[in-house]
Amino acid sequence: MSQDQHDPAEESFGNSHVLDPAATQDSQETINAEMKEIHDAASGETQPRVNFPPYRSSLYRHPTKSMHHADPETIELWSPAFGHRDVHTLESDLTVQGQGEPLGERIVVRGKILDGDGRPVRNQLVEIWQANASGRYVHKRDQHPAPLDPNFTGVGRTITGDDGSYEFTTIKPAPYPWKNHHNAWRPAHIHFSLFGTDFTQRMITQMYFPGDPLFSLDPIYQSITDQKARDRLVATYDHNVSTHEWNTGYYWDIVLSGSNRTWMEGDTDAH
Amino acid sequence: MRIDQNQLDAARSGDEKLVPTPGQTIGPFFGYADGYEQVHLPFRDGNHLVNPARPDAVRLTGTVYDGNGDPIPDAMLEIWQADSEGYIPQETGSLVRDGWTFTGWGRATVDNVGTYTFSTVNPGPTDEGKAPFIHLVVFARGLLNKLHTRIYLPEDTAALEKDALLSSLDADRRSTLIAERQADGSLLFDVHLQGEKETVFLQFPGIEYPDHA
Repeated sequence: MSQDQHDPAEESFGNSHVLDPAATQDSQETINAEMKEIHDAASGETQPRVNFPPYRSSLYRHPTKSMHHADPETIELWSPAFGHRDVHTLESDLTVQGQGEPLGERIVVRGKILDGDGRPVRNQLVEIWQANASGRYVHKRDQHPAPLDPNFTGVGRTITGDDGSYEFTTIKPAPYPWKNHHNAWRPAHIHFSLFGTDFTQRMITQMYFPGDPLFSLDPIYQSITDQKARDRLVATYDHNVSTHEWNTGYYWDIVLSGSNRTWMEGDTDAH
Repeated sequence: MRIDQNQLDAARSGDEKLVPTPGQTIGPFFGYADGYEQVHLPFRDGNHLVNPARPDAVRLTGTVYDGNGDPIPDAMLEIWQADSEGYIPQETGSLVRDGWTFTGWGRATVDNVGTYTFSTVNPGPTDEGKAPFIHLVVFARGLLNKLHTRIYLPEDTAALEKDALLSSLDADRRSTLIAERQADGSLLFDVHLQGEKETVFLQFPGIEYPDHA
C-alpha cells in the first residue's frame, strides 16, 4: 500500500508524514554519501553539528545565526538541587516496575558523571528512557508494529553517589525503524538526561552498545563527525558489571562540559 | 567509554580538561503531557514551579517555531530561575512538587500546536540593579544538541540597558530575549529555532557547536 492512500488525519506508522513531516524516501546510499561529504571536510569536532542535513528533521530546527558566546552569570552558575526526596531507590531498576519480569536481556549499566576537571558530580539527577527488547517505546506516537511489554515502561531515574556514580538495571533495547529515509534503523541506544553543578552543563544524550552494525548508517550518531568523539557515546562491555546467572554488564562514564563556577578549597559539594 | 585514572590525574592537576561527552537529540519519544502518569521525562506538575492558583503566580507562555515559521509539536523546555527576592533556590523536591517549596526549576513539553506554559513567579534581581531573567534550555526532536537562552523581564529598562549580554547585541536580536508582559500579567516569550526572528542562543565556555564556530 502506498503512503498516500492513508487518511492524512489518521496517525499510523504507515502514514509517515503525520508522524514526521521530515520523512523521506531517500535511499541509505544517498544518506551515506551526504554524511561522507560532511565528514571528509571536518576534523576534530567534539559535539554534534546542529546543522546536519542527513538527519532530515534538523533542516528547519537548527539556528543559522552564530551562537552568542556568553559568560554564565548568577543563576547559571548554580544547578537545581535534587535528592532522595525526588527519586526512590527502586526507580533505577527498570525490571521491577510491572507484575512480572520484562522480556529481553537483563543488563546493568554503571558509570560515573564527571565535570571537565574530573570532579565527580554528586547527588545529581540522572534520567534514562529507552525502547524495549523488541524496539518499541511506550509512547502514543510510536506505532512500530513490535510488541509492547506490559512489564516494561523503559523509564528510570537515579541520584548519583558521592563519587558521581550511577547504576541502572534494565533490558537491552533493540534497534528500531524510523522515517528519516527508506529502511532507516536506529542503533540500539538508551537516552540519558543529565544535570551538573551549574545549569550550563545541562545535557541530553544517547548511550550506544559496542559493535552495533548500524553505527555507520545512522545520521544521528554520525552528526558527530569525529570517530573519537562518537566513541565517547559507546559503552564498554564490562565483565565485572556482569553478575553470575543474573545480568550482563556495561560501563559508561559521562563528562559534562567544564564547570564555570570558581571552586573553593573544600567546596566539594554539589551546590 | 571508560575514563581511566591517567586522564583523571591530568584533569585534577589542572593540566588538561576532560573532553565532554557529545550531546544528542532528545528524539521523538521523550514523553508526552499526561498530568497523572509519568511517561519518560515529563512528570506531574513539572511546569508548575508554583501553584497557578497562587495570587502571585505568573503564567510564562509562548510557542516554539521552526525555520518555516511552523510550530514545533515535539519540544521540551526547562526553566531555572531565582525566586521573587532574587535568591537562588537550592531546595530538593522539584520532582514531587509538595506545593510549598519553590525549587526554581521546571520542565514543560509543548502541546500539539507548539505552545508551552509554566506557572512561576517573577524572579527578583540577584544583585542590586541587575536585570532579572529566567534561564531557558530547549530540546527537540530534530535538534541535535541543547540550546540555552535567557528570558529577561521587560520592566526594569534601566537594568536592561546596562546588561552585559543585551548591550552586546543589535536591537533586533536583543528583542528576542525580552519577554512581553500581557495585560493579565502573563509573560509571553516565543522561541524561534531558525529564521528571521531567530532567538539568540548562548554558547557557554566548555561546549562546542562545531558548525557555528
